[in-house]
Amino acid sequence: MDRKNIVIVGGGLAGQMAAVRAAEQHFHVDLVSLVPIKRSHSVCAQGGINAAVNTKGEGDSPWEHFDDTIYGGDFLANQTPVKRMCESAPGIIYLFDRMGVPFNRTAEGLLDFRRFGGTKHHRTAYAGATTGQQLLYALDEQVRRYEVAGQITKHEGWEFLSVVRDGGGACRGVVAANHVDGAIRAFRAGAVILATGGPGLIFGRSTNSVINTGAAAAAVYLQGGVYANGEFIQVHPTAIPGEDKLRLMSESARGEGGRVWVPRDGKPWYFLEEMYPAYGNLVPRDIATRAIFEVCVNQGLGVDGKNQVYLDLTHIPADELEVKLGGILEIYRKFTGEDPARVPMKVFPAVHYSMGGLWVDFDQMTSIPGLFAAGECEYQYHGGNRLGANSLLSCIHGGQVAARAAMDHVDGVPAAPGPDPYDAEVRRQEAVFEEIRSMDGDENPYRLHRELGEVMTDNVTVVRHNDRLDETLERIAEFKERWRHIGPPDRDGTLNQSLYFTRQLHHMLELAHVIALGARLRDESRGAHYKPAFPSRDDDRFLKTTLATHTPDGPRIDYEDVDIQYLPPRPRVYDVYRKEDRP
Amino acid sequence: MSDTVRLRIRRQDGPEARARWESFALRRKPHMNVISCLQAIQADPVDADGRATTPVVWDCNCLEEVCGACTMVINGRARQACTALVDELGASITLEPLGKFPVVRDLVVDRQVMFENLKRIKGWIPIDGTYDLGPGPRLPERERQFAYSLSRCMTCGCCMEACPQVNPRTNFIGPATLAQAVYFNASPTGRMTASERLEAVMGDGGITECGNAQNCVKACPKEVPLTTAIAGLNRATTWHYVKNWLTR
Ligand SMILES: Cc1cc2nc3c(=O)[nH]c(=O)nc-3n(C[C@H](O)[C@H](O)[C@H](O)COP(=O)(O)OP(=O)(O)OC[C@H]3O[C@@H](n4cnc5c(N)ncnc54)[C@H](O)[C@@H]3O)c2cc1C
Ligand code: SF4
Ligand code: SF4
Ligand code: FES
Repeated sequence: MDRKNIVIVGGGLAGQMAAVRAAEQHFHVDLVSLVPIKRSHSVCAQGGINAAVNTKGEGDSPWEHFDDTIYGGDFLANQTPVKRMCESAPGIIYLFDRMGVPFNRTAEGLLDFRRFGGTKHHRTAYAGATTGQQLLYALDEQVRRYEVAGQITKHEGWEFLSVVRDGGGACRGVVAANHVDGAIRAFRAGAVILATGGPGLIFGRSTNSVINTGAAAAAVYLQGGVYANGEFIQVHPTAIPGEDKLRLMSESARGEGGRVWVPRDGKPWYFLEEMYPAYGNLVPRDIATRAIFEVCVNQGLGVDGKNQVYLDLTHIPADELEVKLGGILEIYRKFTGEDPARVPMKVFPAVHYSMGGLWVDFDQMTSIPGLFAAGECEYQYHGGNRLGANSLLSCIHGGQVAARAAMDHVDGVPAAPGPDPYDAEVRRQEAVFEEIRSMDGDENPYRLHRELGEVMTDNVTVVRHNDRLDETLERIAEFKERWRHIGPPDRDGTLNQSLYFTRQLHHMLELAHVIALGARLRDESRGAHYKPAFPSRDDDRFLKTTLATHTPDGPRIDYEDVDIQYLPPRPRVYDVYRKEDRP
Repeated sequence: MSDTVRLRIRRQDGPEARARWESFALRRKPHMNVISCLQAIQADPVDADGRATTPVVWDCNCLEEVCGACTMVINGRARQACTALVDELGASITLEPLGKFPVVRDLVVDRQVMFENLKRIKGWIPIDGTYDLGPGPRLPERERQFAYSLSRCMTCGCCMEACPQVNPRTNFIGPATLAQAVYFNASPTGRMTASERLEAVMGDGGITECGNAQNCVKACPKEVPLTTAIAGLNRATTWHYVKNWLTR
């Protein structure tokens, strides 16, 4: 059973896509997921998914999409896989259309597309303002179909703890824990695909779901997997501040004509339109975020004297808003009690997405043979800054590539050398929980997490200074020490969430270290990584992927060249349309 | 408004354990929701009398009412904890697990039955494969809007909780699953296998259990047009029955 078996960890878009692909080719899939896969974080995606199908007569093409993506990512992404992704995008949209996703339609009954940031084209397909939910449900339904057929076995409520490596170092399965009864067991496989999503929780409150701790990717990093470009964290310009979460106000609000402004001298100042006449409110996220920061923090022009700006939709007819943006307007209404069709929304930037993640090759294989990664947990498609609506695409495309590569790997893999590695790894993980249970200091894991989030948000987001990054690294070392003095507030019993959270916090601290150190060492500004002391991009020194490898003394950082075979790097400017500054 | 938020929470250590009530008093902050209250208890797990306790266990992921995870009974009504704003909940807040599903611990219940019900109705579009076969069928925007209103169902269980017919005696699959049958049968491709879904909802625990009490549609946070869908399904199954009878 282990030979034709693939373990997929994570049931977001990437994991489910891979599962369906493998099941369809008569492989058996064990699908391991922390939460019921239908409740995965991918449901949060609002705005849409990109594909250049050029139905609006704008001369769009996969090549244009590729160019926008590389340019938007400030040339840090390897170009070969990005080009493949953009070429596969139209087929992906058609596939989801066939699976029944209720994408919005034109008068002719064709798929409709809207505009998103960092492009001049209508390239984003959308299903109301809950596109991620609709895409995920379509896959969830196909997974259910293969479950009934016996091709996929779901293990929901199981947390991935580690990979199992054989005597030759190759990945032969995973060890996971059942949250309800605490059982720990191994899942055997010829290949494993990790699709566990992003690490937003490292920053405390973000736009992410609260399960996005990055702990699974961190576990792989601790077991020798290379983590790439960790310092590239996207801060989304427009979120609704909240006690428990910073809720996203999708870029589609600007895609449908929303305007950003603050009052200045008694009049609205549409500062994005003034600063970036070519792209206006639809500049890429890193640019918009820094502009909002400048206006609020440096110029003190935030609305009501607070760190917030207006995002205004009131000039758009209410019924049109309802059809195109209903889902996100409902979120704003429910959480603030105000109607965005009548009063401008108040928003501020929030941590949103990690461009960095596990290093993978062009076939999605990590540095551990037999272990593949897809979706937000890997680093491959977005370079220094992700364009809106490209993530859902990269998750689905990455899931497809990973499934193909994992199946090929399984077909070629020899019998495992050395003794059976499964029991030893299970025992190692059991010992970790024994240790956590026996800790009896007075630190509370949830309070420690809050402190970590505050330090990371204050120092490792929009604007970065080396002295403050040095302090942050010291704080992380202090947090790691304090972690050992946690007294878990709940030691045993069913569904012991705080026990698992304590372990996840340990892993978040390790990734925080990778992120902060990567930022400290990169003395330039590129995409989402901005240092006022080094305000320009430095291609000579840093047109390179950051590679973090775990050592007992913390991360070791190396650099690797970027594949730039199609588009030579050019300066990135959004105040004029980019065609004009092409050579 | 008082600067203290008072919560009574029904707790239960495991599926077989006896339930008990615990009270908590928290400092009121602006814009709190039930989730931020539960988070505050996690960070400082002491009850209203200052006695140490364990953090309350509950489910949540998205915190923006799209995943359905955080559904619980709040002041007597099934709803999502993430959109339950403290300032709108009155002087004291009571939290209980959903009553129609087995309790796992505290506010967490096992809603697996809802996913199983989706298997019964063959809740998927039977596509040939995920390889590239070109564009899908065209669809008028108006039909698309109806489909979309059904496909926003996040399997949260509020409608199950509200429906008097969902109980151990009836075995009723419930309003959400019936609406999903309508969703798949409305799709141009799903329509080709509509009769299989109609047969499924005509079976034991199917549409005949619905007593048309209309509680479900009022309980749904996503405004899924449950009763409209069920009425349409009723007509379709009747017609299907007659057709079966005529062609016997
Ligand atoms: C509010 C919001 C809106 C967004 N809107 C858009 C948009 O409009 N367009 C766009 O392109 N992108 C958007 N994004 C980004 C996009 O949603 C995510 O990057 C994408 O959904 C990630 O999908 P994934 O498959 O990688 O992982 P996820 O959907 O995060 O799924 C992760 C899976 O892994 C499982 N898992 C995690 N850890 C473990 C573990 N230790 N053990 C077992 N299982 C585990 C989880 O249970 C889950 O099933 C948005 C993001 C946010 C936060
Ligand atoms: S109409 Fe009444 S009986 Fe029928 S499903 Fe809804 S609540 Fe239940
Ligand atoms: S129909 Fe509404 S109430 Fe019922 S499960 Fe779906 S979203 Fe919840
Ligand atoms: S946490 Fe997802 S619905 Fe409340």
